[in-house]
Amino acid sequence: MMELVCPAGTPAALRTAVDAGAHAVYCGFADATNARNFPGLNFNRDEMAAGIRYAHARGAKVLVAINTFPQAGNQGLWHAALADAEAAGADAVILADLGLLARAAECHPGLRRHLSVQAAAANADAINFYAETFGVKRVVLPRVLTVAEITAINRAIEVETEAFVFGGLCVMAEGRCSLSSYATGRSPNMNGVCSPASHVVYAQERGETVARLGGFTIHRTPAGGPAPYPTLCKGCFTSGAQTGHIFEDPVSLDATQLIPQLARAGVTALKIEGRQRSRAYVAEVVRSFRAAVEAEAAGRPMPESALRRLTEGQAATTGAYAKTWR
Amino acid sequence: MTDPTLPVLPRPLATAARVMPLLPLSLALSALARRLLARHPGILARMGSQARKRFLLEFTDAPLVLMLEPATGRVSARRAAGLARHDAHLKGCVAAYLAMLHGRVDGDALFFEGSLQVSGDTEAVLALRNALDDAEIDLAAEIATLAPPLRPALGLAERLSGVALSRARVAGWEEHA
Repeated sequence: MMELVCPAGTPAALRTAVDAGAHAVYCGFADATNARNFPGLNFNRDEMAAGIRYAHARGAKVLVAINTFPQAGNQGLWHAALADAEAAGADAVILADLGLLARAAECHPGLRRHLSVQAAAANADAINFYAETFGVKRVVLPRVLTVAEITAINRAIEVETEAFVFGGLCVMAEGRCSLSSYATGRSPNMNGVCSPASHVVYAQERGETVARLGGFTIHRTPAGGPAPYPTLCKGCFTSGAQTGHIFEDPVSLDATQLIPQLARAGVTALKIEGRQRSRAYVAEVVRSFRAAVEAEAAGRPMPESALRRLTEGQAATTGAYAKTWR
Repeated sequence: MTDPTLPVLPRPLATAARVMPLLPLSLALSALARRLLARHPGILARMGSQARKRFLLEFTDAPLVLMLEPATGRVSARRAAGLARHDAHLKGCVAAYLAMLHGRVDGDALFFEGSLQVSGDTEAVLALRNALDDAEIDLAAEIATLAPPLRPALGLAERLSGVALSRARVAGWEEHA
């Protein structure tokens, strides 16, 4: 059966994910070492150890995301995260930075290493480099690949691949996108936050909800109607004669119906995005996708997704998996 | 747009809220909030400095607003939203707030569909939401501990109104299989 890798932003969400049927849960420490460094989220050292014990007692794994890029002169924070993840009993760490991968391979050789989507390894040569150089066992694939491209990659590599199937859809070369930095001075790469809440302002103006990020107006929507989060790559902009969602619409990924194709493409694990979401989201999405991977393993048709309510913009897409890039 | 699965506060309760004296209500809600904060210290730990912010909760189906100050556990009931200085302002129906508190619905989903409106300090709102979500609060259980005879009435009220008064229970995967 394909492995279902589920998000947990809090200890309660971790327990919820495990109870709802996650094979593995990914989470991070409450600091700049993980790419979901949001207010009120994440785990201190005791919470991480307790969460891992809870998961292991129920047959689930815990993968610790240490997937930002260490800041010069402050690498100690990232090195401590590696050591503490291993001490807590993590089943793997999810890393993006070359130096941190080297450190993990050298100082924590027994700790399984996964390559974060933040590393943006989008071809077989890059993946093989990470595997041969740092002993990476699994690669989280960027959300810019088609199923055909994933098939080609898996034919040319030896390591496992993990593909996103649900949640917020980053459409950029992750780890290299500077849009958030441009508008706010803070980025997922260095600070663990994309379009951070500290720079988000919603205002009611002339019958509209106006969403701003760092002073830039990203969306205007009718007051009381559906409103997306002001993520820059899903904003409404004017470029030349065109006004609209220039990069990507404010929609979420839902690849439920593509799971059999991803299985045939050689994908080992399916990942659900959403460490910043509530345990209600975790429970509903994990249950739905556990049913889907069980169905795939049994050769049954994929269940119809009933998760549209949980998606940004109340709309879902199959993302790059089934289309060519805009 | 509002979530059709969320019940509107029953008219008798909305009427009661209109005539309810504000001082006793504020005192009772503050006592409950302080009890919750004492029993769930992780709330303030997770919120950090955001706990010092003032949150104005406006209801679309009750003629009341509540000002919540997590750092002190103070909750004050008022009649109108425009009267009080605040850092963050949330607007939604009573059932939406209670469903979020009890892990029955996802706050982002309520926001995306327009059932919950947010303005002001977004970071403070996220900190509050995340801290409360981790606390796994069960209001019915808390109130029943304070006043055991109320337990059956709370259960009945939840069933009749459809408003979540108790924590969501996550069924194990095997129970669905």
